[in-house]
Amino acid sequence: MDAPAQYFDLGFIHISYPNLFVIVLMVVLFAIALVAPFPHGSDKDA
Amino acid sequence: MLDQKAVVTQPAPKTAASTPPAASDGSWTLRTRQWVDRVLPMDHLLPHRQPYYVGSWVYVFGVVTIAALVWVVVSGVVLSFLGPQWWHDSSLGRFFNSLHFWSVQLFFLFMVLHLWGQYFMAGWRDGRAATWMIGVVIFATSILTAFTGYLSQLNFDSQFIAINAKDAMNGAGVGAFFNVLNFGQMYGLHVMLLPIGVTFLVVVHIVMVRSRGVVKPIAPEGRSAK
Amino acid sequence: MSLFKQPMTQDEYYRGVRMARYDLVKELTYALIGVAVIALVLAAAFSSPDVPPITVASWAQADPVDFVTTATGELAGSTTSAGYGAPYNNAGGEQSWGPIAPQVWFGQRIPVDSANAFVLQPLAYASVGNTDLGKALGAWKTASADQQTKWLNTYTDALGKATVTDGKVTVADGDYGPLPVMMNGLLTVAQSGGLDGLLLTNGRFYQTDYTQGLLFIGDSGYLDGLATAANLTGSQWGMMNETGQYPGQTWLWLYTMWYQVWPFTSDTGFLGLNGGNADLGIVFLMTVLTAALALVPAIPILRDIPRWVPIHRLIWRQYYAPKSKAAARA
Repeated sequence: MDAPAQYFDLGFIHISYPNLFVIVLMVVLFAIALVAPFPHGSDKDA
Repeated sequence: MLDQKAVVTQPAPKTAASTPPAASDGSWTLRTRQWVDRVLPMDHLLPHRQPYYVGSWVYVFGVVTIAALVWVVVSGVVLSFLGPQWWHDSSLGRFFNSLHFWSVQLFFLFMVLHLWGQYFMAGWRDGRAATWMIGVVIFATSILTAFTGYLSQLNFDSQFIAINAKDAMNGAGVGAFFNVLNFGQMYGLHVMLLPIGVTFLVVVHIVMVRSRGVVKPIAPEGRSAK
Repeated sequence: MSLFKQPMTQDEYYRGVRMARYDLVKELTYALIGVAVIALVLAAAFSSPDVPPITVASWAQADPVDFVTTATGELAGSTTSAGYGAPYNNAGGEQSWGPIAPQVWFGQRIPVDSANAFVLQPLAYASVGNTDLGKALGAWKTASADQQTKWLNTYTDALGKATVTDGKVTVADGDYGPLPVMMNGLLTVAQSGGLDGLLLTNGRFYQTDYTQGLLFIGDSGYLDGLATAANLTGSQWGMMNETGQYPGQTWLWLYTMWYQVWPFTSDTGFLGLNGGNADLGIVFLMTVLTAALALVPAIPILRDIPRWVPIHRLIWRQYYAPKSKAAARA
């Protein structure tokens, strides 16, 4: 894991694949959180 | 907002076990207790129900950030207990450093997701601007805490970060007081002063959220739901 | 406009809102367990980065010519640290933006005399018991400033074509005065590890301040080469990056981005902001942007975007579902 990472280049953007993975993962997690069904609490007053 | 099938929504108003004495009692302790009871009564601090619209996974990012912070602190305490050199010389130490490293990554990951969620919910509405602002301060303080942590690693990364970052600090004038090349200073800030700061701010942030409750949905016509 | 005060109690705020069971303590417990598991798995699978630090010794051994070139530069006052200015010295290299110059305002609070600290004092120690080195050092100290400058200029030029022979840095014949003896003496101290200790402790016993050693290493081309290979330098988005294949400080993306773009990559720049005062300019810019983030609730357009972007309609879809909408307006 100590060998240098590979980099992704696009225009002036120069980002390591690990960092890119983290950012993409965050966007994916946010999107999933928006649409995934959430277990509902009981409608009755507890 | 009134649901035909609404069940009783609010409990009966809380009454003190005994009738509260007159406000002119003059007791600071009593006034403090009454203020706390007003601002954050127990059933607001630990409610067992939430509005029905709290039904999205976006709501869990806050508490998961707190959980990550707990593990950052726990692993950090273990690391500090055996000194900053320990994790370089011991495989158990290296493991705790790894826990600390990944907990920090998770902390920032979930904190930013929480920020995105709160932004798109406009969570600052209805008197909650201070909660949002404290959140931004927590973000900035966390970055500073992580920065001092990276400087405390005692390896090549901390060397280069120190040498490079000094220019930003010096350019802004703060380098005269905040010397990133001074390991002792950075380490002391990282293990004591800044974690206390972050924890204090997080507690204030949580108290503010619980005191006001979660914000209502953005009303369909564009204004905050009354 | 109620930014800070909710003009009603929480009970009044939720009056008429249907409540549902929601177990906060259970949620926190699941979160603690879940995050613990994820952190444990990641730690076990990937460990954490730990590239060993370089020492003055390892630098002097790996690249003796660069070491001697840097040390000569310290004497000549041509290195980054020698020409830095506040807080280290008064060489005048401070950053400013028009009249704004906090680096100057706060003065030299961390005095470092590069030539003495990195070269002459260590040589004074090393010359104990070393007559040749002692004589060379004496010759240097008694020479005039003009003579020293002449030797330095000639030697610096010659170092451009230096080679390493038998552990010593050799250059073409020329008039360098005592410099070759001094520099090779310093090289020996460095390669033995003695210079690391001398730069750190500075005559003390306990020491936790690495300013001198780091400034000296920072002046080298050796460090720069290693950092570039690891993509850590400022012009490589380095602030965001970590050694090895680990994620770095992704949250610094906006801060480091400015170092890659105009005006901070240009010599002429814009409104007085350019590559020369990029550190000051970017700190200022990021302070403004962070304040703006904190003040979003009060900033038009920024605070209205959430209403325009339908993400909240996904988060609160139970609220916006047709049947409760009709009931809401009842």
